[in-house]
Amino acid sequence: MKKLSKTTKNNLITYGMVILAYIIVQILVATGHVSSLVQGLLVPFCTYVIVAIALNLTVGILGELSLGHAGFMCVGAFTSAVFSLAFKDALPGGLRFFIAILIGAAAAALVGFLVGIPVLRLRGDYLAIVTLAFGEIIKNIINALYLGVDSNGIHFSMKDAMSLNMEPDGLMLIKGAQGVTGTPHDSNFTVGVILILVTLFIVLNFINSRTGRAVMSIRDNRIAAESVGINITKYKLIAFTVSASLAGVAGVLYAHNLSTLNALPKNFGYNMSIMILVFVVLGGIGNIRGSIIAAVLLTLLPEVLRGLSDYRMLIYAIVLIVMMIFNWSPNAIFFRKRLAQRFLGNKKAEKEA
Amino acid sequence: MKKKMLSLVLAGAMTAAVLTGCGSSASTTSDAATETAAETTEEAAGTEESADAEASAETSGGTFKIGGIGPLTGGAAVYGNAAMNGSQIAVDEINAAGGINGMTVELNFQDDELDAEKSVNAYNALKDWGAQVLDGCVTSACSIAVSDKTAQDQMFQITPSGSAVECVANDNAFRICFSDPNQGIASAQYIGENGLATKVAVIYDSSDVYSSGIYEKFVAEAANQPFEIVAAGAFTADNKTDFSVQLQQAKDAGADLVFLPIYYTEASLILTQAADMGFDVAFFGCDGLDGILNVENFDATLAEGVMLLTPFAADATDDLTVKFVSAYQEKYGETPNQFAADGYDTIYTIKAAAEKAGITADMSTEEICAALKAAMTEISVDGLTGEGITWDASGEPTKAPKAVVIKDGAYTAM
Repeated sequence: MKKLSKTTKNNLITYGMVILAYIIVQILVATGHVSSLVQGLLVPFCTYVIVAIALNLTVGILGELSLGHAGFMCVGAFTSAVFSLAFKDALPGGLRFFIAILIGAAAAALVGFLVGIPVLRLRGDYLAIVTLAFGEIIKNIINALYLGVDSNGIHFSMKDAMSLNMEPDGLMLIKGAQGVTGTPHDSNFTVGVILILVTLFIVLNFINSRTGRAVMSIRDNRIAAESVGINITKYKLIAFTVSASLAGVAGVLYAHNLSTLNALPKNFGYNMSIMILVFVVLGGIGNIRGSIIAAVLLTLLPEVLRGLSDYRMLIYAIVLIVMMIFNWSPNAIFFRKRLAQRFLGNKKAEKEA
Repeated sequence: MKKKMLSLVLAGAMTAAVLTGCGSSASTTSDAATETAAETTEEAAGTEESADAEASAETSGGTFKIGGIGPLTGGAAVYGNAAMNGSQIAVDEINAAGGINGMTVELNFQDDELDAEKSVNAYNALKDWGAQVLDGCVTSACSIAVSDKTAQDQMFQITPSGSAVECVANDNAFRICFSDPNQGIASAQYIGENGLATKVAVIYDSSDVYSSGIYEKFVAEAANQPFEIVAAGAFTADNKTDFSVQLQQAKDAGADLVFLPIYYTEASLILTQAADMGFDVAFFGCDGLDGILNVENFDATLAEGVMLLTPFAADATDDLTVKFVSAYQEKYGETPNQFAADGYDTIYTIKAAAEKAGITADMSTEEICAALKAAMTEISVDGLTGEGITWDASGEPTKAPKAVVIKDGAYTAM
């Protein structure tokens, strides 16, 4: 057997888990064992998994708190949706979606870079504050933005649709609060899983690279890292920009799954950012595989609880609290360890014997 | 060697754990889904039983499943719950009278939290439940997202209150309410033709689809009318408590009428603040103002003289409205708003179309959709929100807008 390092093995397990889940789901779908509800949730799963991994890069690896990842999703979603709508007939579906992903990622990366330049120079929780504000600003800007294209070129206004002075044949791309309507439906589960794998590839390799180790050293001891000559701001910016651009990719997936895209507090507000943070925290900070599982479970949960009608949000909240206690409370950890010892310990003993 | 073996075994155990984890999560998913479905059918069966108990009429033709979607929790819950309750009253009445073509009607109303993504999830859940037609969505953006899916599945969709133009873009989608442009144009025409004002100010919510949609068309149509728009003040959902700036702007511009294409909560604040600053002016609104007399802690005398264009007034004295309002108050303890009326009319429209098309319970969703689509253009419905409502193939209803004025604390037809 080829000698694999522990990290490589660990990473392979993560990839394998995603691929296996994909295969199982595909088989279940093909044999008709999956309800329409879950089929409809497959792309949202991918979206939230990607953004959870992206945020884990910031929170777990870089050790900074970001409360604006929904904002980066929003940037990725709107830039790519506008592109796809504008080139709806001009480009074939696959190529258009590929370019849309690149555009969404690039736009979110650019914005993340710009936000990061001043903030990542500071110590403390400033990133959380600034990204929180950033997410809200983006949402409000998009709600006030009118963008259209006609034979005279691109028109844009921050006032209302009339001030665009569009030709009658013009195409409205963003209609203020009404958002983008008619985005082509390009996302599907396969593309989503491929994007998850790409995201994993980027993040896992980043963590185990020279840059990643530099980033983690900053997280663990800033002064020590500085003393060995690590350029703190540079490495923080790299990690944060990568994280933002991956969140943008999740946004692209989100935008192309629905025919309408609005920047509402519900989907791109700070509530969403905190939701993503919850995925990361419950999955384990710095634990990529945990983020994936937590994102899937927590997206699935409120939908599965639909039968409880009015009580589902209450139950959802209780489950969140219970999960948090189970994951993080010292007593619960001790209990889990004992439980594991009882089961695995015996097994181990058997194997040894 | 031993160590290596051990690590291998452990890794194996880990993957196995992960595998079983995955597998079980997948299976629990489907289990849970069937459970949910079972539960909802149980629930539905419960309501069916009660309906049966109330009704002595025979319902031999199976069941006709209507799915509904709207925001039942969150900031827009008022609208979703009203539409759900209105629909439920219609369903109970229909079942008590023997159902549609002998079929018992079942309504399953799902929450979408005012989120397009959740709305699609709700739609998929309804599909699993076996919904045959869709009563929804209550809000525009969700309606657009879901109509994309219903068009794919060819499920007949009729939205009670999704007023954006795109809601009925697909040929399987119809609506009960006026579209936003229609309301804007009708308001401008009404003000112009009746000579209500020469200088009009508009205060609207630029972050709201409904409000900005009406505003745009109002301004466009105003160009053809004998009045001018002297001021347009916008606000957003994030700062909707202080309107003194917008009101001052309108006052300085010398407006003699303020057009409020907004919902009644903000309108009540605007009226109070206008009174406080001594700005005596006429107010004109759309159907969103319906309900303003019931706002808590609002001095209803301030609303005296406010004109609004609405399809439904809860204090109207025709038999249908009186019956509906008393049934609603008895069951839910509050006065129905226009969303409830829209929900009620939606169910009766489905009933009228289903009877016209001769729908039976054993038809597939696609067949029902095709039959209902054809029948929709042939029926005429006398509902709460209009008499003799007819539809054309585009999905838009044709009904006369009613303007009412608030006089002595009640809506009076103008």
